[in-house]
Amino acid sequence: MTAPTATKIRVLIAKPGLDGHDRGAKVVARALRDGGCEVIYTGIRQTPEMIAEAALQEDVDVVGLSILSGAHLELFPRVVAELKKRGVDDVLLFCGGIIPDEDTKPLEDLGFSAIFRPGTNTQDIVKFVYEHVTK
Amino acid sequence: MDDLVQRFLNGERRALARIISRVENETPEGREYLRALFPHSGKTHTIGITGGAGSGKSTLTGALAAEYRRRGKTVGIAAVDPSSPFTHGAILGDRIRMQDLALDPGVFVRSMAGRGALGGLAPAIDEVVSIMDAFGFDYVVIETVGAGQDEVEIAGTALTTILVNNPGTGDDIQALKAGIIEIADILVVNKADHPGADVLVSQLQALLSLAPKGSRRPPILKTTATRGEGMDALADAIAAHRVELETTGQLEKHRAEDARHQVLSIARAILLEKIRQATPEHELQALVDRVAARQLDPHSAAEELAAAVEQSEPRAIKRRV
Repeated sequence: MTAPTATKIRVLIAKPGLDGHDRGAKVVARALRDGGCEVIYTGIRQTPEMIAEAALQEDVDVVGLSILSGAHLELFPRVVAELKKRGVDDVLLFCGGIIPDEDTKPLEDLGFSAIFRPGTNTQDIVKFVYEHVTK
Repeated sequence: MDDLVQRFLNGERRALARIISRVENETPEGREYLRALFPHSGKTHTIGITGGAGSGKSTLTGALAAEYRRRGKTVGIAAVDPSSPFTHGAILGDRIRMQDLALDPGVFVRSMAGRGALGGLAPAIDEVVSIMDAFGFDYVVIETVGAGQDEVEIAGTALTTILVNNPGTGDDIQALKAGIIEIADILVVNKADHPGADVLVSQLQALLSLAPKGSRRPPILKTTATRGEGMDALADAIAAHRVELETTGQLEKHRAEDARHQVLSIARAILLEKIRQATPEHELQALVDRVAARQLDPHSAAEELAAAVEQSEPRAIKRRV
């Protein structure tokens, strides 16, 4: 717990693509809120452009993507490309959802620092954010 | 620092976002940015949107911004949501209602956490609005935290304050009470497609007719923000209010009062910080314990704290020499 006016870690939680299963994203947003972060939640059905633009305007430290549709290898590279296009090149990236083990390597190569699959303890996500963001 | 200021002045949105963060966090660097950019501010029309939780403030903000875009104007939005009083974390969800504007280069949305400030605003709201103003937006819309009956601070910050009401949320006695309803320059009955909208409009009209002769009667407008209905009339009413402010001399008065308020509230924060620095934490705790044990009254304790600043100041100078 930090002082109310101290510099806060800002996290964008977004759901790219067309699946509407947002419970995971909401649980993670809530856990980060309880961990003292300021969490911008943008809701479902976000395009890569919308996510990158929100990350820019909100000047977040962390972007967390949730996806359950299986389209992560199509959509995540586009999110990363849109972020780069806007000069947002210093955010911590993580993702979660239904992501097969064999996709771990391509996502790591893309710049994702962690993948949180179903069954993850939310405290591990909070710990991950605090360990990787220096403020 | 100069590089970021230059990029800001060139209209680069990432520079705007970064400077807002530094200003919002009230860092010494942030104060430097504010100093550099403040001379560029003072041109925008600030609009405050307030009302209860779930009254449709975010949707209305988005719909109003869309109307301004149709009119060829640019809009900065500062949307405040509450911070947890326990963990100081926050969920900032106002963007969800403004998706249509997500990729519009003439709109910039910034979510802010309340960080314990009173009045449904954020501690650095004035500063962030000044930065958006300096960036050159035609309008800066400030959306407050869901407000109850008494969050009137928005009227000091915004030139035009809009109070969002909904049908079915109380009888005409609610509208008769003092407080937030008095600060509204424009009254909006949002969710006008719900039953009871016309009843609420007549209740508000009846209330306004009780005001003393010659006092200003805010217009009452019906909107259905989810469908963008009523936005044309709302934008017109805001423009009319602006003309009214200019012709009655209220504009200068508002700006002078806002400046006075900002200076005094910053001075208060500086003094409080000095008090905290002049008294070590264990001494403060000891003093507070005596108050909690009813050995000392709070007023005397506070005077002791304030006196410590006066004593510590000459000491601090000596130490530096």
